[in-house]
Amino acid sequence: MKHWWIWIIAALLPLAFSSQALAFSGEEVMKKSQAAFLYPGKDFKARVVMKLINKDGQERVREMTMLRKNMGEPGGDQKYFMYFFQPSDVKDMTFMINKYPARDDDRWMFIPAINMVKRIAAQDKRSSFVGSDFTYEDVSGRDIEDDTHAVEREEKVGDRDCYVVKSTPKGADSDFGYKFTWVDKANFLPLREEQYDRKGARYKQFTADEIADVKGIPTAVKRTMKNLQTGHRTEVAYLKTDYGLGIEDSLFSERFLRQPPRKWVD
Amino acid sequence: MLRTVTFFAVLLLAPLAAQAEVTLSGFLQQNTAFNTAAANPDGYHQKWLEERAQIKLDATGGAWHLLAKGDFAYDHLGRQDQSELREGYIDYTGNNWDLRLGRQVITWGLGDLVFVNDFFPKDHEALFAGRPLEYLKRGVDAVKLGAYPEFASFELVLAPGFRESRIPDARRFWLYDPMPAVVSRKTVKPEQGDFGLRAYRDIAGYDAALYLYRGFQRTPSMRPDSMVSPTRITYFYPKLSAYGASLSGRAGEGVLSLEAAYYDSREDRAGSDFAVPNSQTRLLTGYQIQPAEDVSLSFQYYAEIMHDYDTYLTTLPTGFPVDKRWSHTVTARLTQFFLHQTLRLSAYASYNASNSDHFVNPELRYSFTDKVWGAVGANFFGGKPWGQFGQLARDDNVYLHIRYEF
Repeated sequence: MKHWWIWIIAALLPLAFSSQALAFSGEEVMKKSQAAFLYPGKDFKARVVMKLINKDGQERVREMTMLRKNMGEPGGDQKYFMYFFQPSDVKDMTFMINKYPARDDDRWMFIPAINMVKRIAAQDKRSSFVGSDFTYEDVSGRDIEDDTHAVEREEKVGDRDCYVVKSTPKGADSDFGYKFTWVDKANFLPLREEQYDRKGARYKQFTADEIADVKGIPTAVKRTMKNLQTGHRTEVAYLKTDYGLGIEDSLFSERFLRQPPRKWVD
Repeated sequence: MLRTVTFFAVLLLAPLAAQAEVTLSGFLQQNTAFNTAAANPDGYHQKWLEERAQIKLDATGGAWHLLAKGDFAYDHLGRQDQSELREGYIDYTGNNWDLRLGRQVITWGLGDLVFVNDFFPKDHEALFAGRPLEYLKRGVDAVKLGAYPEFASFELVLAPGFRESRIPDARRFWLYDPMPAVVSRKTVKPEQGDFGLRAYRDIAGYDAALYLYRGFQRTPSMRPDSMVSPTRITYFYPKLSAYGASLSGRAGEGVLSLEAAYYDSREDRAGSDFAVPNSQTRLLTGYQIQPAEDVSLSFQYYAEIMHDYDTYLTTLPTGFPVDKRWSHTVTARLTQFFLHQTLRLSAYASYNASNSDHFVNPELRYSFTDKVWGAVGANFFGGKPWGQFGQLARDDNVYLHIRYEF
């Protein structure tokens, strides 16, 4: 057995490769998480019920149908179409976003009161989505390249094994200083996120409260974003969630902003 | 013939009635506008004082959709005719075409309270009395045909009858009148209808549109029976055609809007009839940015250029106010949301550099609950006594709305 060490290396090799394969970088984890959370299916539809709850427990409800279509691979361009049911003063309002990674979105709004379609400026992706604790980026995703990502540790959320990724914005234009995301190791959904402000104080907390299997795709159908500094929180339920519906490109047009087709907005 | 049409209409509508999803909604509203500068010409101290209920019926079945929106209003200032059908139409949606038939609100163009390619009737009185946004437009009774082939989208509006814009009531607003002594007045409305066409598409990420209109001015012109000793004034709506274009899209950090139109005054192409507005070119540049969360700022530059200006000058009777060849207007709007977008502050200001006409409209709007909202705002006017806003200098007002939606 002159070459006994070869056998040892041979025995250890698969181990080395497998551990290398498992050791994702922070960026890889966040990319997979983005694909699982914001890009699953070719298209997606949900009736979204948002409850905006202040620290005294008073509730306001924002209800809409949200439609999404991927225009390419995960991480690529997407189109969003939203139709509002509630509150009553925005009933029948529609909203369209063309989302592009690494540059500003295009947004349009239809104002039923005067039957007008308006293009709106949208350079601030960290602004609140319909007054909720979610920002536009929380709803439709933040560019992976805007932050540096590092896997800090591995930890359980409930009974799920998670990567804990620390993300720090590269620029100074963000409202948060850094954040931790608990990404499920099995399905890559973000189960929890904690944002810290620029002074390092706890700021916002996201939790995925219920994961359901929709056409074989694990989907966070209940989620909460809580502002720990104001006590205000937003609870979201995704109802009638579905994937792969065959939403036509033509839906994302001025024609249907003005007259949203019933089959898509129920 | 009529029987056949009715038969087929019933045949077509029967499945709609059977399968339609019907929703009823509406609101109850109180709206008051108090004068802050002077009483009305009619002696009242309010520009507006009314309770209003709106019922909206929405029915959808297959490719059909019906909407009817009716207002019942009680006016405390002596007008008993304010109840109206705001909108009432039937939609049919085909694969790459659609049709809307009935009374409908149509808004074209990109301007914010500045109208270049929006040829449809407005309610100027509603704006000056601080009524809610939706009352700034009046419906037209028309057929609207939409066609959506691959290369562009088209919208054709055919109105068999003409509907005018509503101008402020002389009993409620102090309006400029060059011949106040003449009491005998009548209005002649066009007996024909009008039509408009809009074609639009995306060009390299910009929303581009072309517009065409053939009809009449929506606000009346006045003609005295005699310049020397007038005894009677006739209001009429001069013939008008318009050709326009618009473009909007991202530029730098914001959204840029560009709009232009040529107004062909068919009633007086030479520009020699002082009673009819001359042909003109309208230009608009707008820019909107979002400098901070929940804050939006927008600016507009708007110009009206009068054609045949020399003829206008030589044929204008003495004593009539002289308009400039170029009329430059700048506007600014700030909108800011607070308290999770339940409180909205907005302020709009318009200033005309050619005749110092100005208009300022600040407003604070709060949603008390998801069903109840209220607003308090003000309208301030100033400028030359014959200007669009200048004539309203004594009509400054503070307004309140409260609305319960159901």
